[in-house]
Amino acid sequence: MQISGISITGSLFLIIGIIMYKGLPYISWEMISQSPKGGFYIGKGGGIFNAILGSLYLAGLSTVLATLIGIPIALYLNMYIKQGSFLEKSSKLLFDVLFGIPSIVYGAIAFSIMVWLGIRASLLGGVITITLLTIPIVVRTIDELLLTVPVDLKNVTKSLGATTWETAKVLIKYIKPGIFTAILLAFGRAIGDVAGVLLTTGFSDNLPKYIDEPAATLPLAIFFQLSSPIPEVQGRAYASALVLTLIILIIVICTHILASKQKKHKI
Amino acid sequence: MKFRLVKDLIAKYLSKSLLILSLSVVVLIVIGLAMKSSPLLDNVNLFHILTEKNWSPQKGNFGFLPFIMGTLWVTLISLVIAVPLCILASTYLVEYASDRLRISVLPLMNVLAAIPPVLYGVWGVLFVVPLISDWIAPIFNINITGYSVLAGGIVLAVMIFPIMISIMVEVLHTIPKELKAASLSLGATKWETIQKVILRKARPGIIAAVVLAVSRAFGETVAVLMVCGNIPKVPQSLFDAGYPIPALIANNFGEMMSIPLYDAALMFAALLLFVIIFGFNLISRIILNRLEEHA
Repeated sequence: MQISGISITGSLFLIIGIIMYKGLPYISWEMISQSPKGGFYIGKGGGIFNAILGSLYLAGLSTVLATLIGIPIALYLNMYIKQGSFLEKSSKLLFDVLFGIPSIVYGAIAFSIMVWLGIRASLLGGVITITLLTIPIVVRTIDELLLTVPVDLKNVTKSLGATTWETAKVLIKYIKPGIFTAILLAFGRAIGDVAGVLLTTGFSDNLPKYIDEPAATLPLAIFFQLSSPIPEVQGRAYASALVLTLIILIIVICTHILASKQKKHKI
Repeated sequence: MKFRLVKDLIAKYLSKSLLILSLSVVVLIVIGLAMKSSPLLDNVNLFHILTEKNWSPQKGNFGFLPFIMGTLWVTLISLVIAVPLCILASTYLVEYASDRLRISVLPLMNVLAAIPPVLYGVWGVLFVVPLISDWIAPIFNINITGYSVLAGGIVLAVMIFPIMISIMVEVLHTIPKELKAASLSLGATKWETIQKVILRKARPGIIAAVVLAVSRAFGETVAVLMVCGNIPKVPQSLFDAGYPIPALIANNFGEMMSIPLYDAALMFAALLLFVIIFGFNLISRIILNRLEEHA
């Protein structure tokens, strides 16, 4: 049993260790701070700044959208609707199920809608796909948080004559650190997703400027560079993977700190 | 005074419409995929598509069997590796480990869950594939590149560790202490108690966790695509290359427009994936919700 536990935890360190070991020799300031120059994909100068920026835009925009859509839904499911009703239960179940639908399916359907409407691959298409992907995460996480709010708090607020909407605002204040956790979770999922953006966002060597243009994303940059036969370019893929790992680790650490804060906050 | 009530009403209907809109996405996906894949189903019957071995879109042959088998192979391999490991590890965490160990290990599972698929893919290319070609295959006297269903299975196994562990740990926590105490007081050893009482009681939850993990494995695209070899043939052994359904969609989407029925076939693949995963998720979520209510 101990061995199985060790091998599972060990696999985590193995993954991060190998990416660090392979990526560190190739990483440089030039890699992070410049966009690709001519001949970048045959091993000449430039960096992956376009992909980093594209990923941040994409994940940032879709997380904002998903939060704006997800929080009201979670509040509605917990405050307005009759608890234990069929609609409440079945929508929560449905969000759980949607959480498990792979991004390639979202990507495929978004792609065919875009073809149908005559829109080409663009940052906007990616944002819409990833928003759909992250809404269930936001809804379910915030829903779980709302369940931890003491019933007394809700009752006291209501007994003072507050409307449901005003009570909801009080509850939001109560679960604030948790909301940041949900946002970070959604952001982490959004920035790491490949299959959804592969079909909808396209790829570009330029810095993303307009929302209706294709944009590079970090996971796709890793994916493309890794399939190149040139060692220099492959090395860049390792370095890009290292950058993505660092971003993810920062997100996870922030989530962890916020989560423990939330625990202390509770009595 | 009135204004506050109006605001409440606005908030109510706004959030309700958001809920309905986002849930209708499911309906939209199903209708969209079904409509798009109907040209294929009009031309060839369903049974034929699912059992035909030959995949050559240029000639109008759309056999999905290689892809279905590819998906099944990698999923089964990952389950064979991950299920026993996860059951043992989670019982260890719940029954034997100290609180300190438990508190420090579970966040690590969250890290593992947060790692994006493409990084698993990079790890697979850098570590698992060479491991297979240089160390595992020579044992059986086979000479291969390492890009195989086995590599896909190993990478997938690591990817489904976190989801299985976190659900199994939760399930094991719901088992009443009295049951354990009763078994121990009757003179059973701890291992006997785990084997005959705890794991038996936890069986539905464990099954739900496995089903959830299976649906995750079914839909995983990029990590598997990077290590699987992607040859549209039915794999015959662990060391053969495979071509799972999600990889098929991802690899061919750009070029499908020029060949008739190709897009319908890919949409059919997406529909297949959606229906299977939706069903699996639904079943396991219902089991888990029941367990939670009883606990």
